[in-house]
Amino acid sequence: MNVIPIRSSSEIRLTVNGRPVTLEVRPEALLLDVLRDRLQLKGARRSCDMQVCGACTVLVDGAPVSACTYLAVEADGREVLTVEGLADGDRLDPLQEAFIEHGAVQCGFCTAGMLLTAKALLAEEPSPSPARVAEYLRGNLCRCTGYRKILDAILACAAPGGGTR
Amino acid sequence: MSARTGFRVVGQSVRRTDALEKVTGRARYLSDLELPGMAHARLLRSPHAHARIVRVDVARARALPGVHAVLAASDLTFCDPAYGPALRDRPLLASEVVRYEGEPVVAVAADDEATAVEALDLVEVDYEELPAVTTLEDALAPGAPLVHTAEPLAGHFSDLSTLRAKPGTNICHQFDYGRGDVEAALAAAHLVLEETYTFPRIQHYSMEPHGAVARWDDEGGLTVWASTQNPFSVRAELAAMFALPASRIRIAVPLLGGGFGGKTYAKLEPIAAALARVARRPVRLLASVEDAFRTVRRCSARVTLRLGFLRDGRLDALACRADFDVGAYADIAPRVIQKGTYTATGPYRVSHVQLHSNAVYTNTTPGGAFRGFGVPQIVWGVESMMDIAAGRLERDPVDLRRQNLLAHGEEFAPGDTPVDGKLEESLGRLAEAIRWSDTVPPGRARGIAAMMKASVAPSVSEAIVRLHADGSANVLVSTVEMGQGARTVMAQIAAEVLALPLARVRIVPPDTSITPYDQTSSSSRSTTMVGRAVQEAAEDVVGQLRKIAAGKLGVAAGRLRVEDGAVVSGRTRLPYPDLLDHHFGMRGGELIGRGVVAPGRTAAPLGGSTPFWEVAMGGAEIALDEETGAISVEAYASVSDVGRCINPQQCAAQDEGAVMQGLGHTLLEEMVYEGGQLLNGDLVGYRVPRAGDLPPRLQTRFVENGDGAGPFGAKGVGEGGLIPVSPAVANALARLTGVRLRELPLTPERVWRALRERRQRDATDRTTGGPGDV
Ligand code: FES
Ligand code: FES
Repeated sequence: MNVIPIRSSSEIRLTVNGRPVTLEVRPEALLLDVLRDRLQLKGARRSCDMQVCGACTVLVDGAPVSACTYLAVEADGREVLTVEGLADGDRLDPLQEAFIEHGAVQCGFCTAGMLLTAKALLAEEPSPSPARVAEYLRGNLCRCTGYRKILDAILACAAPGGGTR
Repeated sequence: MSARTGFRVVGQSVRRTDALEKVTGRARYLSDLELPGMAHARLLRSPHAHARIVRVDVARARALPGVHAVLAASDLTFCDPAYGPALRDRPLLASEVVRYEGEPVVAVAADDEATAVEALDLVEVDYEELPAVTTLEDALAPGAPLVHTAEPLAGHFSDLSTLRAKPGTNICHQFDYGRGDVEAALAAAHLVLEETYTFPRIQHYSMEPHGAVARWDDEGGLTVWASTQNPFSVRAELAAMFALPASRIRIAVPLLGGGFGGKTYAKLEPIAAALARVARRPVRLLASVEDAFRTVRRCSARVTLRLGFLRDGRLDALACRADFDVGAYADIAPRVIQKGTYTATGPYRVSHVQLHSNAVYTNTTPGGAFRGFGVPQIVWGVESMMDIAAGRLERDPVDLRRQNLLAHGEEFAPGDTPVDGKLEESLGRLAEAIRWSDTVPPGRARGIAAMMKASVAPSVSEAIVRLHADGSANVLVSTVEMGQGARTVMAQIAAEVLALPLARVRIVPPDTSITPYDQTSSSSRSTTMVGRAVQEAAEDVVGQLRKIAAGKLGVAAGRLRVEDGAVVSGRTRLPYPDLLDHHFGMRGGELIGRGVVAPGRTAAPLGGSTPFWEVAMGGAEIALDEETGAISVEAYASVSDVGRCINPQQCAAQDEGAVMQGLGHTLLEEMVYEGGQLLNGDLVGYRVPRAGDLPPRLQTRFVENGDGAGPFGAKGVGEGGLIPVSPAVANALARLTGVRLRELPLTPERVWRALRERRQRDATDRTTGGPGDV
């Protein structure tokens, strides 16, 4: 009988918040667990655990992904940005400033995912319409704010010239 | 200093004190906590709605390497496994019988979650299924299978020692209240309406599910870090369960990722504590969202109402019979049903009242507290009927409500707090905000609704303010920060009284071994009750400062004031650090102030007078896709009487969130059971509002007359905004289409069917010449 050896773990190299990282990970390891438990980056959070809520959102090569269902091995050779990497030292990202200013933060459980999704949107489309922002946030739930102030904060960071709804 | 209010910090939309840590990812929640040697727990849950447990075999699970504790009910010999705040009807782990799908049966703690899951796979449980009741109809049918067969013990609330179960039925508590003569008044009324409304089971879905980390120390003391809204209730449960003095138990609460009532009273803490005891190491038990669906939910309800109006439009009589489905265990539902039913008359003056409600067990997830606490279920019916009455009486809905509103200072019920707001002003502001008198655009309609809610009473809140030698201060309160902004508001109140910059005031996180007693962070009570305690404690410190300064200056303390971190007398400024130095004879020592708010029991119908009335009104403008039946809320206006906004931005944030949560149960949300199985117990099957569901126009407005019972004339906010949403939307739908729905949520399918029935009926009426029904 042929026994197929199960590869128990493999080495991945990635950049996390601008820092190169090399890790041994098991093939089923999820990016969220690697970030939270191995790298102590607790900003990405687990809620629905099934790619609905966006609490675990991080950017991989600039695109938002749900880290709760994203295999860590997939991140090999890529750049990962988490909420901890948004600010430049003590200088907050304009989105972070706007979230504070507009009162877009309540319990904060959704905040990291919201910020990163918004970051990706504004990189793609600097002047989105309010309807476009709402549409882009379809994979990011917030049970506290009712979204109004989150949309306001994101739109405040958009370049002028965004369409109106 | 604001010219308008005369306050420095209060009334300002200062930045949340926790905002920076939250936008940078530095905020810490329960799931971020790691202790050395900590084991990870998982629960095996019942696959059946109702079954006898014939056999539990955990031997193989126990033998698995890496497993530190495996517990079934029979292992719980070291504690009293019964708990529950109202009735001690809940076993820590199901023993002999499981009463709902998802009830915990076996608990495991292991080196990591994967090992815990593996261990659960090795547990064998044999069940013998029993007939289950999953609806109110089934549970109340004569001869229905009983969810509980033995009488449970009373829980730790003395005000619920009056629990009235109906032996031999599934009714675990009945509430009655009445005044006047309803039957006579209805018989004499010009218009009598009788209708039945139903409200679905709703999941809180705080984005952070429940969690607990428990650790026993070498001296037999217990520490639990818990995502709970009321650490002192958790402490009381654990003290009874493990026969420990309260002083040996410490409940510490990190930031919560939302609560909405779902984290009131003990949830996972008892199991985590029991596991940690056996594992002899710290144990972390984190629920998943699927677990949360099987932990607690909003009580569903079926409410039959009779309203009697006089010819001139006065609402003269109201009779209410409500059955609340409280699920398999009572949790705090007995209090939910009495609280919700008690204010069935809402903000209106009604002479003849007869209220009766039942808390009914079913084989479903236990029902408990949820933003609104029983009131939304009742208001859904009453406020729909106010509009029906307006139609029948040929009155404008705003006008009919205005006529019936209670006046400022008027009695709500004998012995309870008189009305503390100007309700007419709220209604006027609402009509203006939703443009009630403006022409409605074609294809649209508007609807409104109002509500008034009592807060929990009697209740106790205490606060300690410590002014340090450098003139900075710590505020010790047990208010839980779950997103509502309580820490910011408490800091504002203390900073205002102490005349300190906000940054010099720090709120200490709740820890029952450090921060003083507070009953609960719920019932919209914190700003009023804890806020007043903070105000008192800070005033206590200011009084001490004045006395020290008076002694030093040789002037009367009454002539001194505090300003900008100093006691001031004419031109003389004595900064706090100098005063403390003078007082203690060194740079050290601190002034400690204490505040206690404990209004106690009264003759009010619920045993205590509400500290304030939460008043909110809402108006919706909707459009309808007649092809699909989909309602879109184009505009929504919410008006809350808050006495005074301590932080206007956070008040608006509360009501925006409340409205959207209300739109969830109005249009989308419902936990669906079939054959005792929860069909949509996760976020794929259970749809909550998304950003795209936000009404294009959402306004929140506040009535501020400084007449609240809280500090600076403030009072509570946070629940009210959610409550009028359903009837406001349904009233708009009725005005748009003539179709009246009495069942939530108003899904496209329900609306579409109702429209079709209406069209068919209209067609029949045209052929037969019969009258239409409104
Ligand atoms: S936790 Fe990943 S999407 Fe919800
Ligand atoms: S702030 Fe609590 S979930 Fe968004």
